[in-house]
Amino acid sequence: MGQDYKITHLKELESEAIYILREVAEQFQNPCILFSGGKDSIVVTYLAYKAFYPSKLPFPLLHIDTGHNFQETLDYRDELVKKLNARLIVGSVQQSIDEGRVKEETGYSASRNKLQTVTLLDTIEKYKFDVAIGGARRDEEKARAKERIFSHRDEFGQWNPKNQRPELWNLFNGHKNEGEHFRVFPISNWTEMDVWQYIYQEQIAMPSLYFTHTRDVFQRDGQWLAALPFMKLKPTEKVETRQVRCRTIGDVTCTGLTLSTAHTLEDIIDEIAATRITERGGRADDKRSETAMEDRKKAGYF
Amino acid sequence: MEKGYLDMELLRFTTAGSVDDGKSTLIGRLLYDSKSIFEDQLEAMKAASINRGNEEMNLALLTDGLRAEREQGITIDVAYRYFATPKRKFIIADTPGHIEYTRNMVTGASTADLAIILVDARHGVLEQTVRHSYIASLLGIERIVVCLNKMDLVDFSEEIYLKIKEDYSNMAKKLDIQNYIFIPISAKFGHNVVEKSDKMLWYKGKTLLDYLETVPIGHSVVKKSFRFPVQHVIRPISDQFHDFRGYSGRVASGKIAKGDAITILPSGKKSIVSELYFAQTQLEEAYAPQSVTICLKDDIDVSRGDMIVKSEQLPKLSSDFELMVCWLREDSLQLRKRYIIRFATQEVFGMVKCINYKLDVNSLEQIKDVDMLKMNDMAKITLHLSEEVPVDTYKENRVTGSLIFIDPDTNDTIGAGMIVSIK
Repeated sequence: MGQDYKITHLKELESEAIYILREVAEQFQNPCILFSGGKDSIVVTYLAYKAFYPSKLPFPLLHIDTGHNFQETLDYRDELVKKLNARLIVGSVQQSIDEGRVKEETGYSASRNKLQTVTLLDTIEKYKFDVAIGGARRDEEKARAKERIFSHRDEFGQWNPKNQRPELWNLFNGHKNEGEHFRVFPISNWTEMDVWQYIYQEQIAMPSLYFTHTRDVFQRDGQWLAALPFMKLKPTEKVETRQVRCRTIGDVTCTGLTLSTAHTLEDIIDEIAATRITERGGRADDKRSETAMEDRKKAGYF
Repeated sequence: MEKGYLDMELLRFTTAGSVDDGKSTLIGRLLYDSKSIFEDQLEAMKAASINRGNEEMNLALLTDGLRAEREQGITIDVAYRYFATPKRKFIIADTPGHIEYTRNMVTGASTADLAIILVDARHGVLEQTVRHSYIASLLGIERIVVCLNKMDLVDFSEEIYLKIKEDYSNMAKKLDIQNYIFIPISAKFGHNVVEKSDKMLWYKGKTLLDYLETVPIGHSVVKKSFRFPVQHVIRPISDQFHDFRGYSGRVASGKIAKGDAITILPSGKKSIVSELYFAQTQLEEAYAPQSVTICLKDDIDVSRGDMIVKSEQLPKLSSDFELMVCWLREDSLQLRKRYIIRFATQEVFGMVKCINYKLDVNSLEQIKDVDMLKMNDMAKITLHLSEEVPVDTYKENRVTGSLIFIDPDTNDTIGAGMIVSIK
């Protein structure tokens, strides 16, 4: 090694995230990783694997399943669990509906996105998780820009944005009362670009949905959505076949697709560098109001 | 793919300014002119500006994200913003400037390498300028950029620029602040922020963005003594790694190589570094701020909270120090109350034996005979811990010289401290 002790932004962010993950392992009894099958939770899982190597991944993966999935997401999830010899726990929104815990939204823009909150909180309580590690980033959304890395949730699972604990230096405070829990966000300081650059640098295998593919889609409010069987089309909407890719992966009902011919990670990085719309710009759930994300987060959302 | 993407450095900076100094406008301008604002954000901001009856596009709405902030038109909490140019990635800790938000500036400054302090060119150096500069230097920020904003409202006058520069330099001398520069700007119209101004040809220096892209990033932390607070012990207990025992953590300062002689504190036991890992990769040498795993030649007892140091660079072990504190919460500081003190990877109990003095953050006058501190107060105090711990002064080391107070009754983080002297 030379005398130049520079550290690249990716290495610094990586070291910071690993430090946070190790703090979680020490400060909590029963952590889990919120795994959605999207790139951010994949990167967090990969970082956790690195943080404890050569020990086994010390956290189970928790997937909140809306039932409205891309099949590719589930295949990727199961393969990753096998590869890491990890434990998988699935919280099912369908089950919450069947048990009468939540009521399905109706209408064309019905989404199970909001319902996930109840399933998430129920699952956290059932397994007595005292912390859920998430892949949320501060650059995604303006409410998230103000959230702490160690983010406290009261006994109702609520976030209180006006009274957050001060967070200074790298001194994270995970103290809490019985019944409360934390959400911890190790990649808070990463941007969408950082995530893709890191995936490229580390050559992490990604779900095929992120790369260009041919798909039946339809347009709604200026967004392309996947025409899967459970999507209800308005009479004016018609199915077309297009070359698309996902920029974010979530519940199918609110995941906007991008017209894209990006085949490789390099293509994706170039595409993001040139793009003029944020990744959440494709998310119908954020468009409901100016403070939609804050309101959902207060209620216990991811 | 363009080259350089994977080879950028990271600069963290904080911004301080008062309500009307145009801080949000400056950040909006940096993001806007560096093309870090996306179209949908711009659309949302325009729509929100019109909803509020703002005549011009309100760049502040980009940074004020919470409902209460948007409704009241003020910034309540520290917000983190991100942008990148082809040369660097930046993290901005954007802090509100009101006097009652001293704690937010302290929070934002705690992780910053550089501070931008805004001064309204019409008003010059004010009390708050003193406060912001003092806090930045107290928090160990190595570089201060004083942006004289609203130059458009003083006819881009060089005379005014020179006058404020002189006033600031006099103040800085008194506060023992070095390493600061001045840039005359107009955030609203974009003069000297990203583009060079054609109205201030007398200014020969860099634009703000140019400066941020080229200022040397402090690698001084690597030159300091090696400090490694042990975070987590890795023991796989598997057939493949049967005897593996590694101590993981983030290098707080300095560097370490295979074969170096180390001492474990507080026990004082000695050993030699046998192996260094970053995940699966073996390293010859590790340095700050890397997160690594250290293996030792000898099988000795090391656990979380211990500190590994080089044997020739021992820190002091002590249970009594003097600190500068900033009080963060409504619950006031009480003398002799048992607080949880968290520093590096350790927690111990501590109590405040006395408040040496409280600081008036505007006049920097020392107020004696004080027996409690309220939110946003800054003071010098004497702290006693339940056990001896290895520490450095904050001036020497921002990681091993800083700590927080946790109230055991509420679990809340209520104070922040920087070690000034060790007894």
